[in-house]
Amino acid sequence: MGHREGMEVSIAVSHAVQLARAEAIAAYPITPQTHIVEHLSGMVANGDLEAEFINVESEHSAMSACIGMSATGARTYTATSSQGLALMHEILFIASALRLPIVMTVANRALSGPLSIWNDHSDIMAAKDIGWIQIFVENGQEAFDHTIMAFKIAENSNVLIPTIINMDGFILTHVVEAHNFVDQDMVDAFLPGYHPRHTLDPKYPVTMGAFAMPEIYTEVKMKHQVTLMNSYEHIVKVWQEWGDRTGRRYQPVERYKTEGAKTLLLTMGCLGEVAEIAVDELRAAGEAVGLVKLRLWRPFPFADLRQALAGADLVIVCDRALSPGGAAPPVLAELRSAFYPLSSRPQMLGFIVGLGGRDVSPENFKDILKRAQEESSHGPTQEFYLYGVRG
Amino acid sequence: MSKPLDQMTWQEIELGAILRTPGSAREYRTGDWRSQHPVWTKSRCIRCGVCWTVCPEPAIIQEPGGYFDMDPDYCKGCGICARECVTGCIAMVPEEE
Repeated sequence: MGHREGMEVSIAVSHAVQLARAEAIAAYPITPQTHIVEHLSGMVANGDLEAEFINVESEHSAMSACIGMSATGARTYTATSSQGLALMHEILFIASALRLPIVMTVANRALSGPLSIWNDHSDIMAAKDIGWIQIFVENGQEAFDHTIMAFKIAENSNVLIPTIINMDGFILTHVVEAHNFVDQDMVDAFLPGYHPRHTLDPKYPVTMGAFAMPEIYTEVKMKHQVTLMNSYEHIVKVWQEWGDRTGRRYQPVERYKTEGAKTLLLTMGCLGEVAEIAVDELRAAGEAVGLVKLRLWRPFPFADLRQALAGADLVIVCDRALSPGGAAPPVLAELRSAFYPLSSRPQMLGFIVGLGGRDVSPENFKDILKRAQEESSHGPTQEFYLYGVRG
Repeated sequence: MSKPLDQMTWQEIELGAILRTPGSAREYRTGDWRSQHPVWTKSRCIRCGVCWTVCPEPAIIQEPGGYFDMDPDYCKGCGICARECVTGCIAMVPEEE
């Protein structure tokens, strides 16, 4: 097995991409994703990674170049954040529609305006319907592991869907953590070369990206929807194999001290570890509270969530984005939809936290739990709450 | 194409909706869009081929004598040929009701 080493999480991610033997990278630097692609660029320049690195003038071009490179059959990687993800938006749908297994890290950051370089999930939530597999990680080890696993998931011949690994900007990308590395032989055994089903090859010409008439567009979308939903079983299998090889096991929905819990917090991304502290303290004080962490965002793990939340009376969904003018913030809206058809379901309250980089502490989570339980006892006055807002 | 588009099921769609048959766009007759069409006055035509060159479809056919005419199956009636004709010999004429 590999060694254990402390380093900035972004750099660990770039090493994961190196270990995965990415062959093609096109990226444009944007805070807080910069360190990942900066290090990859250095690796390519120094001959430590045999890959084509294309410097582009925008993220729109980055994703376009990734599509072209992936279409030739190359293992393709990129990373972006916030405005960069927004700028590549229209191309993201094309990557998934063409079924090109590009892997992308999104260093989650608030969208302008007002201009903010700090962390929340408004970038990825504005891109939730792009037809990609979307995974959230919580710490450096997960970011490292899931980057390698993402290639295997995306390139599975039954999947062939591009995959995003979401990692919180700054509060994860820029911290120094200890990572358990894996050695190259292990990664090579786990992740064989990419064998595309068809490529841009003059000997066997195909048309990629042709327009679809109204007679066929619906069928194309149906095929994508079914494939994305069916990717679930392959994602879980890849995580299982990684767990067998490394001992680090991952689930679409992670539970933390949920046994007998009547009130559950639900988080995505690295706030989960902060919420764990609050749960530990409240459990020690005898309160039946627990934490559920949503790792797999697309495809949405309906069955796992219904199982994980089954015993709870109250679920407090902590969103990191607002859906202005909408019925609920994105994760709460999704959960309520998932539970609506069930005859018995927990009450769900939403708290939007940590917008634009505002810190969320264990004390905040304890306060949220208290407030939610109060609201729940007399009937909530609002559908969801923008936690900590002044005035 | 294996089957007409309006009979294909979602299971029959190729991966990534790629097309293996070249030239399948020919099956879509864009001539239906036309509200006007080009008419050449042969006495003023110098057979230079500018109309043939600029037609975006392409839907202009060169006839045996070297003169040009539209392909009614694909001409959309955009009028670029008439606009670019060197001698002004092409007129755009409304389609008859």
